[in-house]
Amino acid sequence: MKVKSTLENYLFVLPAVIIFTIFYIIPFIWVFQLAFYDWDGIMPTKFFVGLGNFIEILQDKIWWRSIWQAGYITLIALTFQNALAFLLAWACDRQIRMKNFYRLIFFIPPVLSEVVVGLVWQWILDGNYGLLNHWLVSLGFPHLVRNWLSDPKTALTTVAIVHSWKGFGWGFLIFLAGLQTIPRELYEAARVDGANAWESFRRITLPLMIPVAVLVGILTILGTMQAFVLIIAMTGGGPAYHTQVPVLRILASMRGSSRFGYACAQGITFGIILVIVSFIQYRFSKRARQYQ
Amino acid sequence: MKTGLYYKTKRITINLFIHLFLLSVAVTCIFPLLWMVASSLKTQETIFRDMSFIPKEWHFENYYRAWREGGFGRNFLNSLFYTTSVVIGIIIVASLAAYAFSRLRFPGQNVFFAMFMAAMMIPIPGSFVPLYVLLNKLHLRNTALGYILCMINVGLSTSIFLLKTFFDKMPKELEDAARIDGCSKLGIWWHVALPLAKPVLAVVVVFNALNVWNEYVLALIIFDAKPLMPLQVALMTFQGEFITQYPLLMAGLTITALPIIIVYLFMQRYIVKGVTQGAIVG
Amino acid sequence: MVNPEQILNSNFQNSKFSYWILFVICVLVMGIFVIGCSTQKTESKATITIWHWMTDRQPAFLELARRYEAKTGVKVNFELYAPSDAYAQKVRAACQGNTLPDIFGILGEKRDFASFVKAGYILDLTPYMEEDSGLWKNSFFSEALSVNEFPEGNSYGVKPGIYAAPIDVMTIQMLYNKDLFRQLGLDPNRPPQTFGEFLEIGKKIKAAEIQGLVSGWGEMWMIDCLANNYAFNLMGKDKVLATIRGEVPYTDPDWIRVFRLFKEMQESGVLYNGIVTMINKTAEQLFANEKAVFAFNGSWCVNVYKGMNPNLNYGVMLPPKVSENFPMSIWGGAGSSFMVNAKSKNKEEAVKFLKWLTDKDQQAYLAEATNNLPANKESVREIPEVLSQFASAMRFATHPNVWGISEFSAVIEAFDKGIQSIIIGEKTPEQVAQEVQKIKERELAKRK
Repeated sequence: MKVKSTLENYLFVLPAVIIFTIFYIIPFIWVFQLAFYDWDGIMPTKFFVGLGNFIEILQDKIWWRSIWQAGYITLIALTFQNALAFLLAWACDRQIRMKNFYRLIFFIPPVLSEVVVGLVWQWILDGNYGLLNHWLVSLGFPHLVRNWLSDPKTALTTVAIVHSWKGFGWGFLIFLAGLQTIPRELYEAARVDGANAWESFRRITLPLMIPVAVLVGILTILGTMQAFVLIIAMTGGGPAYHTQVPVLRILASMRGSSRFGYACAQGITFGIILVIVSFIQYRFSKRARQYQ
Repeated sequence: MKTGLYYKTKRITINLFIHLFLLSVAVTCIFPLLWMVASSLKTQETIFRDMSFIPKEWHFENYYRAWREGGFGRNFLNSLFYTTSVVIGIIIVASLAAYAFSRLRFPGQNVFFAMFMAAMMIPIPGSFVPLYVLLNKLHLRNTALGYILCMINVGLSTSIFLLKTFFDKMPKELEDAARIDGCSKLGIWWHVALPLAKPVLAVVVVFNALNVWNEYVLALIIFDAKPLMPLQVALMTFQGEFITQYPLLMAGLTITALPIIIVYLFMQRYIVKGVTQGAIVG
Repeated sequence: MVNPEQILNSNFQNSKFSYWILFVICVLVMGIFVIGCSTQKTESKATITIWHWMTDRQPAFLELARRYEAKTGVKVNFELYAPSDAYAQKVRAACQGNTLPDIFGILGEKRDFASFVKAGYILDLTPYMEEDSGLWKNSFFSEALSVNEFPEGNSYGVKPGIYAAPIDVMTIQMLYNKDLFRQLGLDPNRPPQTFGEFLEIGKKIKAAEIQGLVSGWGEMWMIDCLANNYAFNLMGKDKVLATIRGEVPYTDPDWIRVFRLFKEMQESGVLYNGIVTMINKTAEQLFANEKAVFAFNGSWCVNVYKGMNPNLNYGVMLPPKVSENFPMSIWGGAGSSFMVNAKSKNKEEAVKFLKWLTDKDQQAYLAEATNNLPANKESVREIPEVLSQFASAMRFATHPNVWGISEFSAVIEAFDKGIQSIIIGEKTPEQVAQEVQKIKERELAKRK
């Protein structure tokens, strides 16, 4: 009876595991073994180099710099983007007029093509004819005027903010779904007990939203660390290496210099880093949940 | 002594600030959309010269041209078909797995779950080459089925993760009641768990629909026949290596954005109404 | 409002049915891999399939295919796959799956081209080119052909020969806006000849608060191109090639001079503010809308500018020379070429079609329909004036693909990114020269 029940349980995951094995595990094994080869992606012959690719990655300063830069963008996304998403979701969860309108509008940036986002933001941020500089001058801050995307001091932060703007819609949506699962009765009860809005936010909303926040956090880390389309559209990874991110480096190895094996090794290294970061985040959130 | 008027003014001021905040974010969101629509009505000559939101001449024929020159008709239907199939596939496969990971016990459970999570994190560069060879061997290359299965796999891990988080959060009481009444595990999944998970299912639908709708690289690689290509590939013909036909591109992008916005409009009802029907968060 | 209890009660009896659903799903998922054999398509013999990425040429190609079928009865399928990045990946994937079409184009450096040849994917066209005492070969601009050629003793280890047929040619030069020239008080028919004059104009541009040179310097190869033009001007081809072979270091004064030119350009104000992250399409958009005085762009731009601003009044010039030691050179040669699949069953038919496609009349039609320079030198008849200026610069043209040797891509990257750093004032020319040399030595050591 027990065996039958266990087999039954396996049936639930079987379809997922079959698809996953064929379309993920097999390509993964292929990529994994290529990480130990020198291969240009075309020739039928490959050269075994052992750990050579990984040793080269360890010494590749630009690669590590690109990881730090992706980390910086992620940090901004985790704080700025998610705070924005949460606040907006919280505001839209309240009894407020036009909330259906807002719910629709906030989902526009994720739907828009990167081409449009890139063009519009380039136009806003352009150093010579840009709208932002124009406004800064007319508002009386001419000393702030700069070339936002090609000034090495501001390029990365600017890219991070545009990225956050493009991505907050997802966090908004998931937070909203999470807030909706909090029964209204709890708020009612708190109000009867004399709690004000802030107290009920702190006592009810926040603790119940922690698992959702963890989820959004991990999705943000993964989404942001792997983002590149918008960066290509805005700066192409420049000026110099100031907005390079790991995925751009992997693409550069694969397409630019035709070093397929090295690109695979970079992908694996990057994946390991992401797994570690997500695991740490998961552990922290678990502890946070135990304390509350 | 605080009067009713005090509370009323306080509430109005707070609401005013909230509206100001919401509106200012909303403006930045609408701006690119308006620009896209306005640009789609201009010509290649005026698109970057006349930056105003209201074009002097309205070139509605851009939409007609984009539709015809891009060969949108067939590709549009293809994209609809791929998106629906992939989303339905993911909903079934991922929710089954997520439910098992959340509620059922079986040996190796954690290993399997860790595997899916790792897959979400480890990018595999150049996976298109083994996929191509694999699909070719399975005789699935250049078929809709091969593409749909690949895309189901792409969305699987994240969807399982999303669904499992919400299943974990959901109350077990209803399921226990159902079990006592003699409902099978699968019955509980279908009749209890899924209806309760509507808000997150709606998120999964929107997330995957957008993903599949916007995908073109894999489609371009594994399809040879133009009749199988999705909409995004048709759209790429306006963005050539050397020449980009901006107004047609913008018209095409506007056409492509519409279905996703409709899906979202439809789904957000579930996200918002969803679970409030008597569920208790435990 | 729906009561969950009600849902439960109404459906409990059917729960056995759900198992059937699960069963069906599993069978479907597994069954999918068993079925599917029937969908393989069979191709008729008289069909040539061509893969390419050139969106702007597809209508003209389709028209030519129609004419060819009317003439010979052979059906030609031009299959367009854009964007080019994804196209390049498709070709590589198709290599591994052995599903390349009869004719295709490849994107990438000469080294990749060599790999395709060495792996046996590309047919050697030399015998066909030499037929009838070189009739086909002699119809092309020699610069266009040499890009597709592997000369005797090339460093790639490829059997010498011609491996592709060029269908059009391009050159990359500087352009200047005549109206803005007039506005600056300059003679619109006398573009700057020397680098000094160029920098002087930069000062005027700065004073007039307009913007100077635009180019796609966010995409690296455009920087590489201009820097190499000046390297040829300053030290000549032999020394550049000696540097690539590792015999001359990048810290050589001539190379430092090349790096310093970019610093001088930046300081004089002749560069567009923000050029370092500019993609070429933005550059084209700015030049077409008269927001920049100069552009550094390829001959394809004629068509782009025509679409965006038919009234744009501009001229073509060589990059203003720095030194009298060696002639100024520009990059040029084959814009796009087609290769024949060596493993194709239809390769004889495919070669015949390529011969027809590169024949005088078809080339003239292509040039006219797409505003590109034809690869067939007999077809340069009535092309627009600006375009003919591009064509006449062909005699100054060279290209990394004809040098018979390639620089390591890591060095090229360090070189181009280094120049970006110089422009944004982060590094000095000397620092960049040293860094590039360090990477060059590392790569050289690795190959030993």
